[in-house]
Amino acid sequence: MNLRERMRAGRTLLADGGLGSLLIERGLRPGEAPESFNLTRPEVLAEIVRDYVAAGAEVVQANSFGASRLRLEPHGLGDRVREINRAAVEIARKAAQGKALVSASIGPVGRLLKPYGDLEPDEASRAFREQAEALAEAGPDIIAVETMTDLNETLLAVRAVREVSQDIVLAATMTFERRRRGFFTVMGDTITDAAAKLAQAGADVIGSNCGSGIEGMVEIARAFRAATTAPLSFRPNAGMPQVVRGIVRYPQTPEFMAECLPALLEVNPAVIGGCCGTAPAHIRAFRQAVSA
Amino acid sequence: MTILDAIARALETGDDEAVGSQTRAALAAEVPAKEILDSGLIRGMDRVGGLFRDGEIFLPDVLLAARAMDAGLEVLRPLLEAQAVAPLGKVVIGTVQGDLHDIGKNLVGIMLRGAGFEVIDLGNDVAPERFVQAAQDSGAQVVGMSALLTTTMPAMRRVVEQLAAAELKGRVKTIIGGAPVTAGYAAEIGADAHGFDAAAAVALCRRLVGR
Repeated sequence: MNLRERMRAGRTLLADGGLGSLLIERGLRPGEAPESFNLTRPEVLAEIVRDYVAAGAEVVQANSFGASRLRLEPHGLGDRVREINRAAVEIARKAAQGKALVSASIGPVGRLLKPYGDLEPDEASRAFREQAEALAEAGPDIIAVETMTDLNETLLAVRAVREVSQDIVLAATMTFERRRRGFFTVMGDTITDAAAKLAQAGADVIGSNCGSGIEGMVEIARAFRAATTAPLSFRPNAGMPQVVRGIVRYPQTPEFMAECLPALLEVNPAVIGGCCGTAPAHIRAFRQAVSA
Repeated sequence: MTILDAIARALETGDDEAVGSQTRAALAAEVPAKEILDSGLIRGMDRVGGLFRDGEIFLPDVLLAARAMDAGLEVLRPLLEAQAVAPLGKVVIGTVQGDLHDIGKNLVGIMLRGAGFEVIDLGNDVAPERFVQAAQDSGAQVVGMSALLTTTMPAMRRVVEQLAAAELKGRVKTIIGGAPVTAGYAAEIGADAHGFDAAAAVALCRRLVGR
């Protein structure tokens, strides 16, 4: 059974948790591109992958979230897109040793599309396509367009990946926040709209990641399930980060999140994992609730 | 509907062309520039801020409204300057070192200018010493800092410390903002204020300069 069939069959895959927040603990400096680790400190990334696999993760992320040209350029890395994306997948695959699938991230390009900002849609599409090509060359199991807050930008990314590869399993997840009338992205996109358009654009798995903790994600998950029959992915963060005496803390513990997990599993998601602030301890706690 | 209502309404809908042409029409009808600013542009932007806080509208609406406000200000600026309407105060703003996110900071800049402040925008990835230098050179009363990342927030503390080291603390007030930034963090690092959103930032800057 291939991955797509497995997801359709209804078994939940357990993915890993946060990556950026762990890189900060391991020396990522403010303002430094997290993807520079792919070139300078691959052993740190490999160690994180091994920790997640040991915790029971069946899917691990390649460190490519911000590895589009538009995001790397301000760091002086704009001419190393291909190298950085390929390295991301290769490091993760080697460290996973066949015990976990590799999911390569594509995050937002970091600029607002016209008319709200100065970015031409074509320029964003080119950046996504270039990143997707580099990732596809390295052969990840999944490409995950994630932490998106603008549905239009997300659709550009999904279409760009689909132009590069018809076959790759493609996930597309967005970040929603609670507003008075329900959950919306920062740009005002609704869950109903996202669910319909992302699937139509060619995403195999849709859903949400990041946000403000697991309780909100349970509500987001129910709204997605009400809107679609597509395979779903949910990766909550460990709550809103708090900076106390210069140290960043995420409030939700592995125990707390694991207690809330059954409610998230009720919508029968294809993929469950964590985002910022979740660590291997959270995934280990999730493993108890998600039968292997 | 008066012409000032029409300006406020056009601003709320983010129609920058209409705001520009209505502002010119109001001037042609001899409405004082200051009145167009206060009862047209600022009134419209206040309403936009309120709708945003209430969850009725979203960031795109605010961005378009801010751009429309800018279109009106463009028309009024020469007149306001000629009439020597003294600025409410000077504010240095920037996104802190290591942080490239400037949407919120830009919005605060537009709203401050709209409210009648002189704004010195240092852009993003601004080193602490540049904030201090700009405050010194311009004689600004307020330094405003923005951060979207928890990893770059500590740079705010360094600005507050370096202002104190340059013996500007007290004379130059500090205000901070950005998604992960809280009032508690402002208190922790000794910043004078925390702006929850752009509208709040303007109100707090007024208070900080005693206007």
